[in-house]
Amino acid sequence: MNQIKLNTPITKEKAATLKVGDEVLLSGTIFTARDAAHKKLHEMLGKGKRLPINLVDAVVYYAGPAPAPARRPIGSCGPTTSSRMDVFTPALIKLGLRGMIGKGDRSDEVHKAIVKHGCVYFIATGGLGALLSMKVKSCRPILFSELGTEAIHKLEVKDFPLIVGIDTKGRDIYDKKK
Amino acid sequence: MREIAVSQIRDTVRELCLKANFELRKDVLGAIKSACKKETDARAKGILKSIIENASIARNKKIAICQDTGMVSVFLDVGIDVRITGGNLEDAVNDGVLKAYDKGYLRKSVVDDPILRNNTKTNTPCVIFTDIVDGDKIKVMVSPKGFGSENKSRIKMFNPTSSIEDVKKFVIDVVKDAGPDACPPLVLGIGIGGTFDKAAHLAKKALTNAIDKKNDKRHIAKIEKELEKEINALRIGPMALGGKTTVLGVNILGHPTHIAGFPVAVNVSCHATRGASKTI
Repeated sequence: MNQIKLNTPITKEKAATLKVGDEVLLSGTIFTARDAAHKKLHEMLGKGKRLPINLVDAVVYYAGPAPAPARRPIGSCGPTTSSRMDVFTPALIKLGLRGMIGKGDRSDEVHKAIVKHGCVYFIATGGLGALLSMKVKSCRPILFSELGTEAIHKLEVKDFPLIVGIDTKGRDIYDKKK
Repeated sequence: MREIAVSQIRDTVRELCLKANFELRKDVLGAIKSACKKETDARAKGILKSIIENASIARNKKIAICQDTGMVSVFLDVGIDVRITGGNLEDAVNDGVLKAYDKGYLRKSVVDDPILRNNTKTNTPCVIFTDIVDGDKIKVMVSPKGFGSENKSRIKMFNPTSSIEDVKKFVIDVVKDAGPDACPPLVLGIGIGGTFDKAAHLAKKALTNAIDKKNDKRHIAKIEKELEKEINALRIGPMALGGKTTVLGVNILGHPTHIAGFPVAVNVSCHATRGASKTI
């Protein structure tokens, strides 16, 4: 099993080198977005608006962090269930989104979009919010701050531990478990 | 008649919410440690080790075990010889939750209405269950539970002639359906009997019992053990990535039921099954 150090932004070429099951330590910028933020982005796209965030080669983290305690950049911040974002995901992948981090498996539509556009789905272990918060160096809300924890936060992470769940060829870590 | 001020109940709820979110339950941590020793799959063992490390960081640095600090269920066993003074009980309990979630930097995940969905930004209201029991004390139990696993919970009204095997198959299907989303290894609370609502309530309450303590009734304890064994044989494993640790414990609570019915409720809970209690 490979353990790979990876930095954001992730180019299409770089993404293509990742294989399902690879263990990745991700560093750089990632953006949190969960149900409410996805719905808002979806509504903007539906009205033909440009998104106020550049998703090209970017990584989105399905997470709603807990507030930051004193002298910490962020509170507990593990992944949430990815499948709730499935209906909104293909449109974002089409805009150039390169990576997604969450827990659990994805729909057929997301699979197809991943393969078509050379995207990667990463799994983070759920229920490790305290441990994962240690890998976050900074956090600030950049969009929809009225949503509280569901706002889009910009996170700087260092060696954030992930597993490749679906690679650019569509190979899925959960396939053989079904 | 012993008087207990609502302020004392409020402070107890506050203290227990903080404890539950920072300190993984001893029985749950113990089960994870023992599973970690037995686990032979390398990735599964690695995940279990991370869970143990996460619990230690949470406890030492007072960072929530999981960012989904849940919707809080509060169970109050109120002694019949207690008189609650100084205000409204429900307000006091909610105030205790609010203070804990503010002071502890815990995530506020409660919306005011299931359709309008505005975050109350206080993590209240919580869900309160009050039982009247003998004595002059109040037992306060808090159970903050995340919705990754709550969403995977199911209830089924079996026929009275259904077999134990039918029930076991249902429970196993619930676990399979939960897959990775409920954050296995899981803890299962199962309610059998009573009415539709009673079974669900028992399932939730079963999760508050220590997982290493089996049901007093031998025929039910037998089902608990069989389910544990059969579910772990599925090799779903931690985060559903394979391994022999799929369930940490199965707790069943039963209740008398109707001649025509056999309700079975399964409350699915994750490896970060939290809770704390205190008697005042």
